[in-house]
Amino acid sequence: MRVASNDETKTITLKVNGAIHRLDLDPNTPLLYVLIDDLGLYGPKFGCGLGQCGACTVIVNGSAIRSCVTLVESVGGSEITTLEALGTPEKPHSLQQAFIDEQAAQCGFCLNAVIMTAKAFLDKNPKANDEQIESAMSTVLCRCFTHVRMLRAIKRYAREMMP
Amino acid sequence: MTPGARDALRRSGLSRRNFLKESGALIVCFSAGGFGASARPAFAQSAQGDSSYRPRPNQLDSWIAIAADGGVIAYTGKAELGQGIGTAQTQLVAEELCVSFERVKLIACDTAFTPDQGYTSGSQSHPANFNHSNLAQAAATAREALLRLASDRLGAPAEQLAAADGVVKVKADSSRKVSYQELLGGQKFNLALDKNAQRKPAGEWTVLGKPVPRPDIPALVTARFQFVHNVRLPGMSYGSVVRPPSVGATLVSVDEDSIRSVPGIVKIVVKGNFVGVVAEKLWQAVQAAYILRINWSPGPTLPAQATFYDHLRTQKPTRDTLLVDSGDLDKKFTEATTVVKAIYHHPYQMHGSMGSSCAVADVRGDSATLWSPTQGAWFMRNTAAMVLGLKPENVRVIFTRGSGCYGNNGADPVTYDAALMSQAVGKPVRVQLTRQDEMAWENYGNAFVMDERAALDAQGNIVAWDHESWVPVLGNRPGLERPGNVVTGFLAGFQPEPFAAQTPAPAPAVYNNNSNGIPSYLAGVIAGQSRGTGNVRGERVLVHNVVSPFWTGPLRSPERFQNTFAHESFVDELAAKAKADPVDFRLRHLSHPRLRDVLKGAASAASWDARPSPQRARGRAGVFSGRGVSCVAYEGTNGYAAMVAEVEIDKNSGVISVKRVSVCVDCGPISNPEGLRNQTEGGTLQGVSRALFEEVTWDDHKITSVDWGSYRTYPLGFRIPTIQVAMINRPTENATGAGELAITIVAPAIANAVFDATGVRIRQVPLNPERVKVALQQIS
Repeated sequence: MRVASNDETKTITLKVNGAIHRLDLDPNTPLLYVLIDDLGLYGPKFGCGLGQCGACTVIVNGSAIRSCVTLVESVGGSEITTLEALGTPEKPHSLQQAFIDEQAAQCGFCLNAVIMTAKAFLDKNPKANDEQIESAMSTVLCRCFTHVRMLRAIKRYAREMMP
Repeated sequence: MTPGARDALRRSGLSRRNFLKESGALIVCFSAGGFGASARPAFAQSAQGDSSYRPRPNQLDSWIAIAADGGVIAYTGKAELGQGIGTAQTQLVAEELCVSFERVKLIACDTAFTPDQGYTSGSQSHPANFNHSNLAQAAATAREALLRLASDRLGAPAEQLAAADGVVKVKADSSRKVSYQELLGGQKFNLALDKNAQRKPAGEWTVLGKPVPRPDIPALVTARFQFVHNVRLPGMSYGSVVRPPSVGATLVSVDEDSIRSVPGIVKIVVKGNFVGVVAEKLWQAVQAAYILRINWSPGPTLPAQATFYDHLRTQKPTRDTLLVDSGDLDKKFTEATTVVKAIYHHPYQMHGSMGSSCAVADVRGDSATLWSPTQGAWFMRNTAAMVLGLKPENVRVIFTRGSGCYGNNGADPVTYDAALMSQAVGKPVRVQLTRQDEMAWENYGNAFVMDERAALDAQGNIVAWDHESWVPVLGNRPGLERPGNVVTGFLAGFQPEPFAAQTPAPAPAVYNNNSNGIPSYLAGVIAGQSRGTGNVRGERVLVHNVVSPFWTGPLRSPERFQNTFAHESFVDELAAKAKADPVDFRLRHLSHPRLRDVLKGAASAASWDARPSPQRARGRAGVFSGRGVSCVAYEGTNGYAAMVAEVEIDKNSGVISVKRVSVCVDCGPISNPEGLRNQTEGGTLQGVSRALFEEVTWDDHKITSVDWGSYRTYPLGFRIPTIQVAMINRPTENATGAGELAITIVAPAIANAVFDATGVRIRQVPLNPERVKVALQQIS
């Protein structure tokens, strides 16, 4: 781990959920730490810090990435989308609505991983079949094991609700 | 506090503090939206709570309040951990008080407001709060009290009144009515809990028993839900811990200069063997903890994992417990036609929460406020006070949901971590563990060695069953006075509960199911009375606890998962020996009607093909397929479940694929069928993961299963079986546990299916491909 001293901080411009943020940061900070500490976002979460579980997933330029292992400097200027930008409790995105309809949650900590991974995959592969969806989701963990409901919600969205 | 509540308080002439101390806490803001869902503003408001408040459980005001706006506030000591109990408790209160679900605000596990109901754990919330005590009895008492008040106000006898939507009307003349708000808005009941208050019969339920959706899910899926990980306080710093590099290592010195290059350092905090770093920013704290140079003494060499199960058998001293002993086993085994013996092994497994544990503490001077995902807020209040050297009445614990815990995960230690660091710097500190620290130091579910021995008569009936187990223990939940039962308390200088040796075991005086230590098939006779669920009267169960090298504590279905793996595998071995169908053979030896019913229910759901195992046909080329059954009376009386698993085993890779699981559960009256189904599906799959993959590993000095590469779990898109859930509703029975029913029986159902498919018995969890391949060599 390389450590930046105060005089090594850089001004980095981040575009998150449509808003521009100019932040003075150690350029080696993983993106996740900036999102949850500097920007106070609720969506991306620290699960493992190793890119293994998906809790920190955000969408950058249309692709799901693991922000705990992505240096903030590498996404300067990119379009970053987090779970909160998809919809609101009053007006959820139809993928979020599918999760509400299927009651696809237990503790809910993994939902960011699950929904953001599914969203990026289906945006790119709107005609994906069930097997392809399962394969795309096989890098995401849920320790309450709400797998059945969550996959049902994703497949339902893909089948019936995609724009 | 709403302006209305404040006015009501002022009118009552009581200071808020006294009001809280002497009665229920009426003053919490009534905000719509599910428990916790609107917590972002709510936690700041509730931070005004009084830490010295101690609600009396026999007082109605400790449980139920009518808010100034007429809404109902319910206070509970059972927390929503993701298992759905928050929704079910809200339904319960809405039902008993005749208001809509949306008019109930549930407040859980905040020591400034809610009653002490111990831990939210062990399938105890449903029996504790849905029968004829605690929350349910409080809600029934409140409804009857409101009807009495309305009777006075309307001048009509209570039996001529009906309550609906928070309004009491005269049945014959609905223009004569009065609302809860008019009757009692913002005021106390000043009543004791009435044990004779009538619960509404299940036949009249309109909210309870229905599949009410969970109110927290819209906020969860849109990232508006505040987990403890999201709590931010003004002036808050970030802490990271530095745990020892190996089990039993002790601190020699800390090289403070080693992190001089890291900006933003607030303080290095050392207390005994506890080390943490506080910094202004999260990333700074994480970096500093990573590079801080510390000189540790090496810990002792750990027992070798390869021979650990044999090691457990030879450990001294032991704490021996005899659960049942009919005293005639020698005779029965001598006279038996057939004697069957088997040894089963179960590893340490971990909770492995998806998010590593996190807490926020604000310790200033002689008082502290802790935002904690603990399962026991009141216990945490006491033990955190010990860790901090404060008076318990000066500590307030606010339960704030964390990542699903499944038992004694890192929640309690991380709360002490945050508290210690906040105290050292005099301002709020947030701590989240690293993945490695979460996994290396949590209180694991116990490893088990289990010997089974049974005697069959000439007809193949079980006439005697002898069970003996060796179970390592160290620490536990902290309870009221043992912060040393978890890693941080220990590092900070507190000792775990001492190991109380006891050998030989005294004769059993009372019936103790001891986490399904007693197989379901035993009569469980103590002092001439049978308390078991079976009819085998030759019986002995002996448990040896020994000292564990690692922390241990409750993991979902604690010890019941392990015991049931052995018992339900072994009864299958006996059925095979008797050449009997595994379902019929179980039924022959079970006396409890509800356990028999779930077994028949699961068999029926699976279209069970009655015949002895193993089957003769060996499936298609390269693949074995088979089915296995299992059942349990959870803790003997706290819920009933049975399961049929259908599996395929790939001959070459040894990979087991669970194709279909049919599970039947009975938890008494079903409070929310959708919630029960969710818990049953989740418990089943968690059980599959534990049965097939999960095992804590170590080397000479340290735990080596410290991330998702080295501790395997079942990812989202991975060969998910079809799960059929059959639920038996028993509206007139008492509510029992529900959340741990399915998981308890998964491992033996799979092992029995593998035996059915292959004729090979695997007696060790996990049934991973390496172990299966070795076992299959027996038939190649």
